[in-house]
Amino acid sequence: MRERTAKLRAQWRKIWGQRRFRIAIVAALTLFAIVLPYFFQTGSTFTYDMVTALAYVVMALGLNIVVGFAGLLDLGYVAFFAIGAYTIGWLGSGFFAYINNQKGIHVGVTGLAATLPGIHLNFILVVIAAVGFTALAGIIIGLPTLRLRGDYIAIVTLAFGEIIHDVAVNGINIHLGANATLTAGRQGITPIDPISLPGGQPFDPLNLRPWYWVALGMVALVLFVNVRLRDSRLGRAWVALREDEVAAASMGVPLVKTKLMAYATGAAFGGMAGAFIGSFLNTVNADQFEFSFSIFVLAMVILGGLGSIWGVVLGAILLSFINTWLIPQVLNSVPSKIGLNFDLTQLSYGIFGFLLVVMMVLRPQGLLPERRHELEMVEHVGITGTDMFEETV
Amino acid sequence: MEAHTATIAPRRHSAAYRALKVWWQKYSLIIFLLILPVAFGLNDLFTTGSLSHIGENLKDGISNGAIWALVAIGYTLVYGIIELINFAHGDVFMIGSFVSTGLWATLGLTLVTGVFGLVGGLLASLVVAMVACGLLNTLIERVAYRPLRNAPKLAPLITAVGMSFILQNVALLWLGGSQQSVPDLLHAQQDLFNIGGIHVYRADLLSVAVTAPLVIALILFLNRSRVGKAMRATAQDPEAARLMGINVDTTISLTFLIGGALAGAAGLVFALYETTIWYFQGFTAGLIAFTAAVMGGIGNVQGAVLGGLIIGCIQQISDNRIGAQWTNVIVFGYLIAIMVLRPRGLLGEETREAG
Repeated sequence: MRERTAKLRAQWRKIWGQRRFRIAIVAALTLFAIVLPYFFQTGSTFTYDMVTALAYVVMALGLNIVVGFAGLLDLGYVAFFAIGAYTIGWLGSGFFAYINNQKGIHVGVTGLAATLPGIHLNFILVVIAAVGFTALAGIIIGLPTLRLRGDYIAIVTLAFGEIIHDVAVNGINIHLGANATLTAGRQGITPIDPISLPGGQPFDPLNLRPWYWVALGMVALVLFVNVRLRDSRLGRAWVALREDEVAAASMGVPLVKTKLMAYATGAAFGGMAGAFIGSFLNTVNADQFEFSFSIFVLAMVILGGLGSIWGVVLGAILLSFINTWLIPQVLNSVPSKIGLNFDLTQLSYGIFGFLLVVMMVLRPQGLLPERRHELEMVEHVGITGTDMFEETV
Repeated sequence: MEAHTATIAPRRHSAAYRALKVWWQKYSLIIFLLILPVAFGLNDLFTTGSLSHIGENLKDGISNGAIWALVAIGYTLVYGIIELINFAHGDVFMIGSFVSTGLWATLGLTLVTGVFGLVGGLLASLVVAMVACGLLNTLIERVAYRPLRNAPKLAPLITAVGMSFILQNVALLWLGGSQQSVPDLLHAQQDLFNIGGIHVYRADLLSVAVTAPLVIALILFLNRSRVGKAMRATAQDPEAARLMGINVDTTISLTFLIGGALAGAAGLVFALYETTIWYFQGFTAGLIAFTAAVMGGIGNVQGAVLGGLIIGCIQQISDNRIGAQWTNVIVFGYLIAIMVLRPRGLLGEETREAG
């Protein structure tokens, strides 16, 4: 039996190793992903959930660069989501209604948004701004962690995430000039301009297909960047850093630059997804930026496999659907059936926590592991010392 | 780390610069810590001519900080021995509040219970909360950390976060998502006495009266007893300790037991002190206590107590003077400042993690 599976596996490796086969698979998947919304109605729940899932994929791939590639545990990733979302809140809504004598500033927008007060920039411009802001924020958050390692980094990033959350909540009391505040706190900035691509009409909130394709395009872009980065000089420097910081430094890897690049790149993806989600949900609300969201994204990365690009894509889609479909739609009736009276959706983060523990104990390498990480996690190859107690410096 | 940066980019500095740098490394954190109390103290002195307001804040800070000190000791002990930030520790503290307040109802403690019944009942609930939280913490170590002892360091930290979410959701099921008020058994805000215009309430006395003996007992236990010696030995070098015949696994379990028990005691005091509990209290408390542990120097029990008291004071000053909604920002700002300025904390030695 074992021989047979080994044989099958070897055959599979041979087929998978062929470039043509891999291109065919990727092409088929891409085509399937593009036509997928045609199987559902324009406003179907499935498409809605799928758009959300794709936005989460972008975020998880961003976090994967920081945690998976560079090995810097970031527990405050929600900060970049928040900054990206506020970028579209500020630059793509009527939030600053008094700017320019209530006439507003409009760049490249059509339809209703072009007539409203406030700042209204084209979605592409907003995304570029969001990427810039979040990359900068990533560097700022990265700077104090440069001298630190391991779990201290986790706590500093967590503290930053909480600070951003508190500023978002209390920003309603921070006045910018006479008629504007920094954020709208828990009330939320709403409505947000729907996406309008250059030269096109704004997207219809009821027709989810264009939203889906934009999200898919973002995923494709981020995937491309991820794959290219992984194999680049920078990507190899990240992995070297993760494996052994001292060895990497003595081989000439510039620590500061490499770490900051990881933070900035990871953050930029978070910002991009944040701007998209802000527009898609039509609100930017401080309650979206809780610590638990950071853990939600981290769980996607862990579930799929740290450092494994396709694993993270799978993990993000799976967890997103567990969150939007499995728990509220399928499992929610279970407690009442067995005579218990509670709302399972309240406990979704408990379920994710449980998932984290189970994954780490039973399958720490994730669903679709990256080879190097698998060796490390399962066979403990390449860890300095086989014991957590041993000196790592 | 310092050494590596130096080898990469060798630089020569004047003697004055180096002396200034040493001075800054030594005292910058202390200066940062003194900014808030000194600024508001001077402000009081000039506006009202007395220091009683800032004194009141500091007194509140010390009694509040005594609770954080108990929680911080748990972080520091565990970190000292297995170099893990026990992320679920704050939630163990929260469970301590839930267990003890739940027990009051079972024991029939109400506002009209007599003195003897009250003291007996509270002592009983203190013991139960300590035992329950100690066992819970040991269980967490057994289930979530021990299987990962040989894995990369990221792994147990992630399970710790997972355990924290599980405990929070258990509590959410237990009492629901809103803040629950619990009976103010001790009439916590009743004035006891008055020193120089500073009112000391029952709650203040309670938290100090519970914390001080526990801390003293713990320090004696660590320094004098055989088991305490084994714990210190394991913290210093687990491998060597094992070779000397110390059962490292038992010692680690014991560390978690003690840390959890102290968190349970803190949970009871917190419930009596604040008279409201909710499932999310452990998250903030955990971060505050962790900040305290780092501030004092992680791995150092006295440092954790000192850090707890200082953080308590910062928190109270911020609550009363700047606005409660900004307190977390200020505490986390301090956490980051400590990490940047002096990662080893006030009393700590150079650790490999933070050096």
